[in-house]
Amino acid sequence: MLSNLPPFVVFFVGALLVAFTKGSVRKALLLAIPLIGGLNLWFGVEPGVHLQFELMGYTLTPFRADKLSLLFGYLFHLAAFLGFIYALHLGDGTPDGSVADEVGETDIVGNKSAGLQHVSAMLYAGSAIGAVFAGDLITLFIFWELLAITSAFLIWARDSDRSFATGFRYLIIHVVSGVMLLSAALMIAHSTGSIAFEHIDLESAGAGGWVLLLAFGIKAGFPLAHNWITEAYPESTPTGTVFLSAFTTKVAVYALARSFAGADVLVIVGTAMTFFPIFYAVLENDLRRVLGYSMVNQIGFMIAGIGIGTALAVNGAVAHAFADVIFKGLLFMSMGAVLTMTGRSKGTDLGGLYKTMPITATLCIFGAAAISAFPLFSGFVTKSMIMVAAIEEHHYIVWLFMLFASAGVLEHAGIKIPYFAFFAHDSGIRTKEPPKNMLIAMSIGAVLCVLIGMFPMQFYTLLPYEMDYHPYDTTHVLVQLQLLCFGAIGFVTLMRTGIYPDEKRAVHIDGEVLYRKLGPWLVRSIGGAVARVDMYVRSSVMEFVGSVLRSANRWHGSEGPLARSWPTGSMVLWVAILLAAYLVFYL
Amino acid sequence: MSHDDHGSLKEPIGWMDKPDLVKRLFTVLYVLAGILLVAEFVLGRENAHPHPWEGMPLFYAVYGFASFWFLVLLARPMRKLLIRSEDYYEGGGRYEEDSDAE
Repeated sequence: MLSNLPPFVVFFVGALLVAFTKGSVRKALLLAIPLIGGLNLWFGVEPGVHLQFELMGYTLTPFRADKLSLLFGYLFHLAAFLGFIYALHLGDGTPDGSVADEVGETDIVGNKSAGLQHVSAMLYAGSAIGAVFAGDLITLFIFWELLAITSAFLIWARDSDRSFATGFRYLIIHVVSGVMLLSAALMIAHSTGSIAFEHIDLESAGAGGWVLLLAFGIKAGFPLAHNWITEAYPESTPTGTVFLSAFTTKVAVYALARSFAGADVLVIVGTAMTFFPIFYAVLENDLRRVLGYSMVNQIGFMIAGIGIGTALAVNGAVAHAFADVIFKGLLFMSMGAVLTMTGRSKGTDLGGLYKTMPITATLCIFGAAAISAFPLFSGFVTKSMIMVAAIEEHHYIVWLFMLFASAGVLEHAGIKIPYFAFFAHDSGIRTKEPPKNMLIAMSIGAVLCVLIGMFPMQFYTLLPYEMDYHPYDTTHVLVQLQLLCFGAIGFVTLMRTGIYPDEKRAVHIDGEVLYRKLGPWLVRSIGGAVARVDMYVRSSVMEFVGSVLRSANRWHGSEGPLARSWPTGSMVLWVAILLAAYLVFYL
Repeated sequence: MSHDDHGSLKEPIGWMDKPDLVKRLFTVLYVLAGILLVAEFVLGRENAHPHPWEGMPLFYAVYGFASFWFLVLLARPMRKLLIRSEDYYEGGGRYEEDSDAE
């Protein structure tokens, strides 16, 4: 019945309903909307173009479905559903047992902004869904910008000076990405006559193709464009970050998979993204920021897979995106639960929480096992496709880097996150488990991590391309367990020898220094220099004008010799003298 | 969990507070590692994707262990170079060691 209705409409109408309802009606709506949308998509939408029309000479396609877009469509409905379960307690006051007000942040949950958060999250999820079913670049652009605007409110909802500034930087970066997308769309339309959102060959598309790649890249967190992730995720509300982590970057991964599969440059960019963030993740203190770096690292695997471009590699990339939304969402949920109940998210402040939050700790470990790619967990059956594709295509160096990065994932997400939050030294914080809805959302996430890991063949049927891949064979399980087990021993030895760096209350300079320090400094210095030159020129000109005025005043002013009014007597005297002289000469 | 004798505050004792248990956990890890090493020779390992290094015995175990050390040994000098005070972007400057003493 709804099969020709673009799926985002359900969410946009839903957001309107959520805005005008309260209490249990609103809660029911929050759960029903993604559920209805998801069921409609699962049972009612077949691959094909469902909505298309002409506008000013361009063919707009707001609803085009194929296996690739359907996979992300299912994923985003699932993510929205889990996210809203997780955020259901907003507006219900401070959770029982929360000690968050000890650290001065009285409304850490964001109760005051509950309505704003729900409505913007609903619009945000709808925008992500609109983007993946967009069949042309103009429609994509509209949802691309909507993603930016709606999600910025999830950062501002934290209602602190820091989140206000961060939200603005976030918005500017994403609007720039959107403007680049629109420019690229126009350039491509000019050169090819089509605005279809399809595969683009970088060699023949010209500059438009590269601008489009960069526009996607900013949202995907390419190196040096990655800091919006590490900045925004720790600054949003506990529940807002869960939504943020699910949608924006995955829309970008989808867009790259659709348009740039097989682009060699992505192999290098992706590998770089798997590599450098893991060093920052070792050093970083804020555990939600560690997860931000972890996000960049995981997207790196996906982008490298897209760059390799074989059916196995691209399947691996999108499968890993699917798994990542769930396990990274679970990790962000567990850290959000810790932040909700303690008001803290830094390694230096936390520790020992397993005593009072044992269920949260256990669920966090499920997410940690999934992201570390333990056999029987989702990461194992998705990431390995990319790794195998890399080696099949003879990208040996890339493969070695990715294997190293896999060990890095175990270090920061598999061990560091649960260890510093729940174990390590006892921080003395005594709290309780988070609200039930949070625990339920995390439990569903944990179950999904295991289900995907245990039944990969069923999961693989959702993937867009044909392939023949079986993750479970003795060798693969054995070598992965060796890698993880000896990695863990590496961690133990580093801790025991005291070589492992302590958590420190500090920041470590990253790419954001370019726009947070260097940019303002440049503006100040250039502005200062211009101001000095301007002052010099102005004062010299004023000096000159002043001196002209002074000299004019001296000669022509009221006391000046040339302006003096002479008495009649002296005039008569001078006339007499002149006459006398005249007489002398002529007589 | 147990009640603190000196007050009404619940002071939970966890398994991490028992060094014997933690030690036993490490023993389990080492035993598991040993089993995995032996398993490679007992079960054999298919080298389905011939990479010059992958074929070496115990490649993954060595690589996993070495990766952790490499990661941390490179992160330490990186920290020296890049660390700044927590309010660096709000006008702060160098990192002072005593800011961790809170």
